[in-house]
Amino acid sequence: MTERMTGAQSLVRALEHMEVDTVFGIPGGAILPAYDPLYDSTKVRHVLVRHEQGAGHAAEGYAQATGRVGVCMATSGPGATNLVTPIADAYMDSVPIVAITGQVASAAIGTDAFQEADISGITMPITKHNFLIIDPADIPRTIMEAFHIASTGRPGPVLVDISKDALQAETTFSWPPTMQLPGYRPVTRPHSKQIREAAKLIAEARRPVLYVGGGVHKARASAELLQLAELTNIPVVTTLMARGTFPDSHPQHMGMPGMHGSVSAVGALQQSDLIVGLGVRFDDRVTGHLSSFAPRAKVVHADIDPAEISKNRHADVPIVGDCKEVIGDLVATIEASGERGDYADWWTVLRGYKATYPLGYDTFEDGSLAPQYVMERLSAIAGPDTYYVAGVGQHQMWASQFIGYEKPGTFINSGGLGTMGFAVPAAMGAKMGRPDATVWAIDGDGCFQMTNQELATCALEGVPVKIAVINNGNLGMVRQWQTLFYDERYSNTDLQTTRRIPDFVKLAEAYGCVGLRCERPEDVDATIEKAMEINDVPVVVDFVVHQDAMVWPMVAAGTSNDDIKVARDMAPKWENEDE
Amino acid sequence: MSRHTLSVLVENKPGVLARVSALFSRRGFNIDSLAVGPTEHDDISRMTIVVNVEELPLEQVTKQLNKLVNVLKIVELDPAQSVQRELTLIKVKADADSRSHVLELVQLFRARCIDVASDAVTIEVTGTPDKLEAFVKVLEPFGIKELVQSGMVAIGRGARSITDRSLRALDRTA
Repeated sequence: MTERMTGAQSLVRALEHMEVDTVFGIPGGAILPAYDPLYDSTKVRHVLVRHEQGAGHAAEGYAQATGRVGVCMATSGPGATNLVTPIADAYMDSVPIVAITGQVASAAIGTDAFQEADISGITMPITKHNFLIIDPADIPRTIMEAFHIASTGRPGPVLVDISKDALQAETTFSWPPTMQLPGYRPVTRPHSKQIREAAKLIAEARRPVLYVGGGVHKARASAELLQLAELTNIPVVTTLMARGTFPDSHPQHMGMPGMHGSVSAVGALQQSDLIVGLGVRFDDRVTGHLSSFAPRAKVVHADIDPAEISKNRHADVPIVGDCKEVIGDLVATIEASGERGDYADWWTVLRGYKATYPLGYDTFEDGSLAPQYVMERLSAIAGPDTYYVAGVGQHQMWASQFIGYEKPGTFINSGGLGTMGFAVPAAMGAKMGRPDATVWAIDGDGCFQMTNQELATCALEGVPVKIAVINNGNLGMVRQWQTLFYDERYSNTDLQTTRRIPDFVKLAEAYGCVGLRCERPEDVDATIEKAMEINDVPVVVDFVVHQDAMVWPMVAAGTSNDDIKVARDMAPKWENEDE
Repeated sequence: MSRHTLSVLVENKPGVLARVSALFSRRGFNIDSLAVGPTEHDDISRMTIVVNVEELPLEQVTKQLNKLVNVLKIVELDPAQSVQRELTLIKVKADADSRSHVLELVQLFRARCIDVASDAVTIEVTGTPDKLEAFVKVLEPFGIKELVQSGMVAIGRGARSITDRSLRALDRTA
C-alpha cells in the first residue's frame, strides 16, 4: 500500500506504526512541519514540556518504567542541543530512547543558518547511532531502524535529525519498510562452551558472588536470576542500576556494592574467589581503585556488549549474550550437572558482615529530621509497588540504601552520567508510562531547582507524581566531600534553600500542585500519608532535613574498596580467609 | 607498543569516516596512518588504519569499532601474510649538476620521476614504510622542498577475500 503525503505526515504515520503512544517535546521553526500532522494524530499523544531537557529525561523515565522506547522531539539548534544531556544520560545508562530533531533546510546546512547546529555531529559520541535525513523517502525506513537499534542489543539513544525541506516535501509512504543495517548484528545467544566453563568455575568456587547490574533487568531476567541464586546458594549484590532486580528482603541479598555500598556487598566482592558479573560493566564507582578490586577473584563476565567484557577487569570466562539467555542456560547447565559448590564457610563470613555492619545513620538531638528516616518511612508507607525516581547526590544514595526494593525496575535514577535534575521529568515520564502506579520522585533541593519547570507540565497534563524534596539547603554530596577532603571549606555549596528562597511549598502551589512541608520526625508519617491520598494533582513535599547528614559507608574516590569506612574514621574489620 | 594494521570495511555513506576517526580520538588511541577509498563493491568503502597500541587496548578499540552501525567487518592484517604499501611524492632540489645523482637513486629504489624542472624533480615512490623512510634519507642531502605521503593500504596474500562475506550481508538487506 503506497500513499502520497508529506515527509512530516510520513514521520507521524511511521511513529503510529511503531506504536508510539507518547512523545515529549517542544515545537520550533525547523520541526514545525512535523507538528502539524502530529496535531491530528489520535494515536500519538504529544506532551508539551517546558524545556527540551525535560522531554529527554521524560522519555528516559517512560522507557525505564515500560521497557518500551521513549520518544522526544525538538527543533533544530538550541532545541536539539538542549537534548544533549538526556541523550548522554541515556547512553551511559543504556536507556532506549529515540530523539527526533528538526534541522534547517538541506540547502542551508553548513551555512551557519539561523538555529543551525550539527546535532548529529554533536551527539556522535553519546548516541548508539544517529541519522541525518534530507530525503523524505528515507523517513519511514529510518524511523524503523532507529527504534530497532535503540531497543535491541545493548539499548541506547538514537537521534534522527530531519531537514525541514524533507519534512515539507511530497513523498510516498508504504509500510513496512525494509531495514538496511548490514553492520548491525547484536549477539544474544551465549556460547555453550563458555556457559559450561562458567558452571565449572561456580562449582569449584568457595567464595563466589553474583554481581548483578542493569543488564539483568533490561533483559527482563529477574526470574531467571532468582532461580540461579537459589539453585546455587550464591550471595547476590545489586548495583545502583539493578536495585530491585533481586529482592532486597531475600536472605541471599548482600546489598549494593560500590562507593556507598553496604559493607556486606563490598566485602563479599573484595573477599570473593569468583565474581559472576551479569549485565555489569565493572564501573569505577563499584570497583574503587581497580587493581586492588577483588584481588583473589576469578571473573565470569556476561554482557550483551562485547566491548564491556575485559574492558576494566580481565574476564577469565567471557560470555557475550543476552542475560536472560545466559542465566537461563547457566541454570539448565548447573541443574543438569548436579554439581553444587560448598559455600558454608563463606556464608558464615558474610552473615558476620551483615550482622556487624548493617546500614545505619545518626539522628539529631535537636529534633531535626534525618533524611534516611524519610526514606525508611517512604518505603514503609508507599511500599514496593511504587516507582521511586531519584536525582543525583546524597538523596539518591539514601534512596538506594534505605528504600526496600522488591520488584525489578522500581528504582529509576541517573547512574552513569550522574545528571542532576533527572528526577522530576523522569518521574513524569514514568508516571505517563505507568499511569496506574504510584510514582515518587526523590530529589535534592539542588537537583529540584534544575528541572522543576516540568511541574507545570505535570499539573496541566494530569500527571499526579509525588515529589519528596530532601532539602538540606546545600549541594549535599559536594558538601560531604568538602567536609571530608577539603577541610570543611564549604565553597559554593550553600544554596540557602532552608531560608525558603525559593519557598518550595509556594513554588508547588504556583505550579498548580499541592505543596506540603515536613520538618520534624514525628510529622513524617502523616505528611507522606497525606501526599499518598492526593491523586488528582502533583504533590511536592519539602522535607527540611539536617545539613550535616552524610552518606555512609563510603569508599573515597580512587582508594581501595578494602578501605571502606562505615562512618568517619571507622573501618570494618575484615576476615581474610586464606591468610 | 606495537604497530597493528586494521582493514575496516564500512558502508559507503556520508559521515562514516568521521565516526571512525572520532571513536579513535575519544577512546584515546592515536592513529599512525589512515587511508580510505572505494572497493570492488559500490556500497562498501575500505579503511586501512595503522595504530600503535598494546594488545589489550587493540582488542578494546576493535570491539568499539565493531559497535559502530556502519562498520561491516574488521580484519587485522598480519604483516607477514599481507602486502602493505604507502605512496610518497617528493619534490627534491636537482640542478644540472645533481640531477643524474638523484635519478640514479630513483632507479635504485624503483621509484619514478614524474616531473622535471630546471632546479627540481618530483618523484613518486611506493613501498613499505621502511623503504620509503630509507629513500627519503638518501634524498635529504640534495634538499627536500616538499613531501606528501598517503596512508598505508594493505591486502592479504593468497586467494581469500575479506569482502566476500560482507557483500553477502549487504545483499541480504538490499
